[in-house]
Amino acid sequence: MTLAISTDLSIVLAIGGAALATYSLRLGGLLLAERLPKNGGFKRFMETLPGTILLALVAPGIFSAGIHGGVAALATALCAWKTKNLLLAMIVGMGIVAAGRLLTGYP
Amino acid sequence: MIEEMRRGALANLPVGASVAAYGSVLGMLAAQKGLTWLQLLVMNLSVFAGSAQFVMVEMWAPPLPVVEITLAVLIINMRYLLIGASLNPLFQGKSLVQKAGIMHLVADENWAVTMAAYRNGGATTGFLLGGGICLCSVWSMGTLLGHQLGALVVQPERFALDFAFVAVFTALTVSMWRGKSDIAPWVTAALLAVIAERWLPGKWYIVIGGIGGALLPALQSVFESKKKNLQQLPDKALQKPIGEKTK
Repeated sequence: MTLAISTDLSIVLAIGGAALATYSLRLGGLLLAERLPKNGGFKRFMETLPGTILLALVAPGIFSAGIHGGVAALATALCAWKTKNLLLAMIVGMGIVAAGRLLTGYP
Repeated sequence: MIEEMRRGALANLPVGASVAAYGSVLGMLAAQKGLTWLQLLVMNLSVFAGSAQFVMVEMWAPPLPVVEITLAVLIINMRYLLIGASLNPLFQGKSLVQKAGIMHLVADENWAVTMAAYRNGGATTGFLLGGGICLCSVWSMGTLLGHQLGALVVQPERFALDFAFVAVFTALTVSMWRGKSDIAPWVTAALLAVIAERWLPGKWYIVIGGIGGALLPALQSVFESKKKNLQQLPDKALQKPIGEKTK
């Protein structure tokens, strides 16, 4: 009984802690930005950031997915560039990885 | 506002398909780890951050390491500090209540879609919020569906469902391209991220790669303005030997 209660409590704490941490970062970033300089080097930094964060998020995943991953990512990028269609680009990428794994007998 | 929200929701539908796809993978993992669908739903609505939730589920084993989980989430989501800051121009003149309400529903995907639309002059906070509501709905549907089907799809890797995340973010990254000036920061970001992912624990690579790449044009601009200032100095100042300071 006590074990069940402490388990329940730890579930509430784990989800609650994660939620609070994430929300503070989301709102904190926006509110802090108002106190930061809006010109010069810092402005260039903030303008470049969206692209570099996305790339940093995805680069290790492509790298560790091997040749299939590299080819698929390149095809996805090309498709997104030419068609501006995110869904199509995603399907192309996933299709190449799935086909590659099917042919090479993954896992 | 409603019209803007509708536009935002529609613009996020294609990304939403992939969000649902990797959400279903998370649902399957969660079912295996013994999370109930209600706990998963509460997590979706309160945390609402894909990669962080993946790590949470990964760490989900009794007794729950509450402190470790919270710290891990804090590190993975550190990028939201930067994402939030980058949304500052969009929120110009909005009340604190609006900021506090809308920011909860900012995820990587609707942020990226909104920033791309904003660069073409077509995004508002309503657009951002509409995208957030759309994503939160499909994310919840995808994860809960995966939770229910957990036992049915034996190897989600066979259908490359684990690659859905990489594929959609690759496509989103392309939409952020501004031109040749991005080459150096982007190469730097990718290299730093791959190296950091290899040598550092957790998800530090996102913050390190993102900041490292973006610092490049910032330092360049600081350097250029210093040079300009030096050129604009009056003749008197220039007559002083420049080497004196550096010695």
